[in-house]
Amino acid sequence: MFKYLFAKNEDIPAGSAAVFFGFSSIIWFIIGTGLGSFNAAKLAFPDFVTGSYMFAFGHMRQVHVMAVIFGWISMAFAMAMMYITPALGNTKLWSEKLGVWTCFNWNGGLAVALCLMWAGMTSGREYTDFPWFIDLIILFFVLLPLGINVWMTIVHRKTQGIYTTNWFFGASIFMLLIVVFVGNLPEYFSLTGLTEAYLTWWHAHNILGLWITPVAAAIAYYTVPKITGNPLYSHRIGHLHFWSVVVFYSTPAAHHLMSSPLPEWLKSFASVEGVLILVPAIAFVSNLLLTMTGKWHYFVDNIEIRFTITGVMLAIPLNMQGGFQQTRAINWYVHGTGWIVAHAHLALLGFSTFLEAAAVYYGLQTILRRKLYSLALANFHFWFLLIGFATYWISITIAGLIQGAAKIYEVPYIDVVIAEHPYMIARWVGGTMVFTGNIVWLYNMWMTARAGTPVPVGRLPHEIAYER
Amino acid sequence: MAFREYKIGTRMFGIALGGSMIITLYMPSLDIYSVGVTETGLVKGLSYGNNSGFSYADPFLQGKGKPLTITVKKDPVTGADIDPVDAYVYKPGIPFPSAIRNPGILGAEVAALSAEDGRVGDASEAEGAVFLVSRGDYEGETFSYIENVSATRKWTTEKVLTEAADSDTYHVGSGKTMFVREGCWWCHTLLPEQTQDWQYFGLPPRLGDFNGESPTAFGSDRKGPDLLHVGSRNSSKEWMMMHFFNPRLVQPHSIMPRFDYLWGEVDENGNEIDYDQWRSDYNAYVAGENIYPPVVPDYAPNSEIRYLMDYVLSLK
Repeated sequence: MFKYLFAKNEDIPAGSAAVFFGFSSIIWFIIGTGLGSFNAAKLAFPDFVTGSYMFAFGHMRQVHVMAVIFGWISMAFAMAMMYITPALGNTKLWSEKLGVWTCFNWNGGLAVALCLMWAGMTSGREYTDFPWFIDLIILFFVLLPLGINVWMTIVHRKTQGIYTTNWFFGASIFMLLIVVFVGNLPEYFSLTGLTEAYLTWWHAHNILGLWITPVAAAIAYYTVPKITGNPLYSHRIGHLHFWSVVVFYSTPAAHHLMSSPLPEWLKSFASVEGVLILVPAIAFVSNLLLTMTGKWHYFVDNIEIRFTITGVMLAIPLNMQGGFQQTRAINWYVHGTGWIVAHAHLALLGFSTFLEAAAVYYGLQTILRRKLYSLALANFHFWFLLIGFATYWISITIAGLIQGAAKIYEVPYIDVVIAEHPYMIARWVGGTMVFTGNIVWLYNMWMTARAGTPVPVGRLPHEIAYER
Repeated sequence: MAFREYKIGTRMFGIALGGSMIITLYMPSLDIYSVGVTETGLVKGLSYGNNSGFSYADPFLQGKGKPLTITVKKDPVTGADIDPVDAYVYKPGIPFPSAIRNPGILGAEVAALSAEDGRVGDASEAEGAVFLVSRGDYEGETFSYIENVSATRKWTTEKVLTEAADSDTYHVGSGKTMFVREGCWWCHTLLPEQTQDWQYFGLPPRLGDFNGESPTAFGSDRKGPDLLHVGSRNSSKEWMMMHFFNPRLVQPHSIMPRFDYLWGEVDENGNEIDYDQWRSDYNAYVAGENIYPPVVPDYAPNSEIRYLMDYVLSLK
């Protein structure tokens, strides 16, 4: 990677940035899920690695969250953008060199930011934990270059229209820049009190609603038609998805603070808009599942489609939960319980991770022109991810319902802790399975790059998956 | 620019996103900005100091640059006995809280009272200042406001500090920093919910309870009880001390981490704390080899655990 930082743009092989982003994201995924497994062990067994400043739960918890969101998920998005955007425009990436630099800044910046946060430097605001100068570095040296590269690639495309995936890519980076900038206003200008609390959750909501959800969906809009060979079922439904995300899902931030003393009109408005997540969600899921018509054997045969469609189907419970759990009728019961933690993992470890994993699998094979080293290891990865995630999700959802019941029946809190203990162990087991699967994944992708069978010119990796 | 066919789309996109930002950012900000601060909000703002998260004064959140809360029992100028009152002492150079720097956030009435009767405009960070929360009338209504007693009653920081006993001094501001740094709020909320929840954990906060506080550290993911009123439920220093050192000493089923490392190197008398010895004694106690658990060392007066305890016990 380093030799390309100062090479001429023409001398950098096409797809280099995507490959670097791909491997970086897998490594961050291993770091992030390893930390998650470590933290879960602490919740199940509180005296596991105890009594030290660095390894206290309170210091490690958010390092896990930020490593996963900005290391794994967002870097996998960048990887997808670096090869899907040019592919859909029938062109090259606008600047491969800028892409390599973005990847370098991103890895370095995130490593420094996480170390500082681990050492205690935090703004104390969930999801905007990094102090403001690090946020500005992320904004101007990571996100803006990424955006410029994607926008310029779209502008210089050689196709007439812009495909659904690229609307989402271009718009999401634009919205992400605004969200990160506005979300950190409290730190630049010392905004305090409810304003600060509200902006914290405005940022947290929109990172999920305008960055992670739409970009993950955009990846599925590419992989499913590309691999199955079916055209997208409906571009109009794609339009509906895009516009309803922009119009509805940029507004319900206040539903994260339903029990705080925010203005009541704001909470009611946010709650109604929150239910409307079902519009883009149903548009997305139905569009993708209908695109699969006649090609459902790929769901069994093909590892990328299996990942993608699993992710798409996980969007169904995700949005059914997400749409309704924030209404007053349900929020009072589940707010602040493990239910929400489970929901967050359904969004990030379920829905979006499965879609991104497909993009990384497919992208690395097509760019490197190498067939996957081992389908068996990929299957192992898929099942460890799915079973590990399901174990986590189900156990923490149950734990959350116990917490909710205990909350309204005023059970002493220690009885909740006792009742949750078995589910905390299950959560740790599930998280550890995901971590194990990811190590296997890194090995598999590394060996693909080193020793995978070359893909002949004119063929696509998935077409020769079962050829020897 | 092969973008012509998307002119309408980009404009619609701008209108949609701009509209949503007007509704979700501009309109709420008008409502929130006009909220008058409550007495709770003033006490929090003054006792926590400026920004408990990252700041230049305290980049690694060690509790630096924070005010002291001192219970004053004698008038520092005359020496006469007075009703005990909490004074918020900002030594020279300690950053002032948001409430002093931007009085606009207090709401029009409190800001006017603090400026006219409280003379907060006369306070300077370079010289330090002592503040009280006082009550006064503004256009026929009674409000709590900030009084700069260094100006109104000549209570200088030096006088207040020399009169104050260590037992009347509380490091609430530094403790809030510890609360943020140690991530207490990853498991304990500071937000009893507006449902049945508050019957167990106490009243939910009111609209004006946060003006000037940063970060609010509401917490979102509860794995332990809410702490907004914990000092009212349990004000035992001894219990808290044992619970922080090793929660399993007082609550065998607790999953809270041990915060023994906040005691630092030495105990109250300056003797080194032997953590290895303590842990092996504790393990022997858990294994049933000893009848009593080892004694939790008394903490040093400038230890981080003191800061945290002072903060947690201030949550009334």
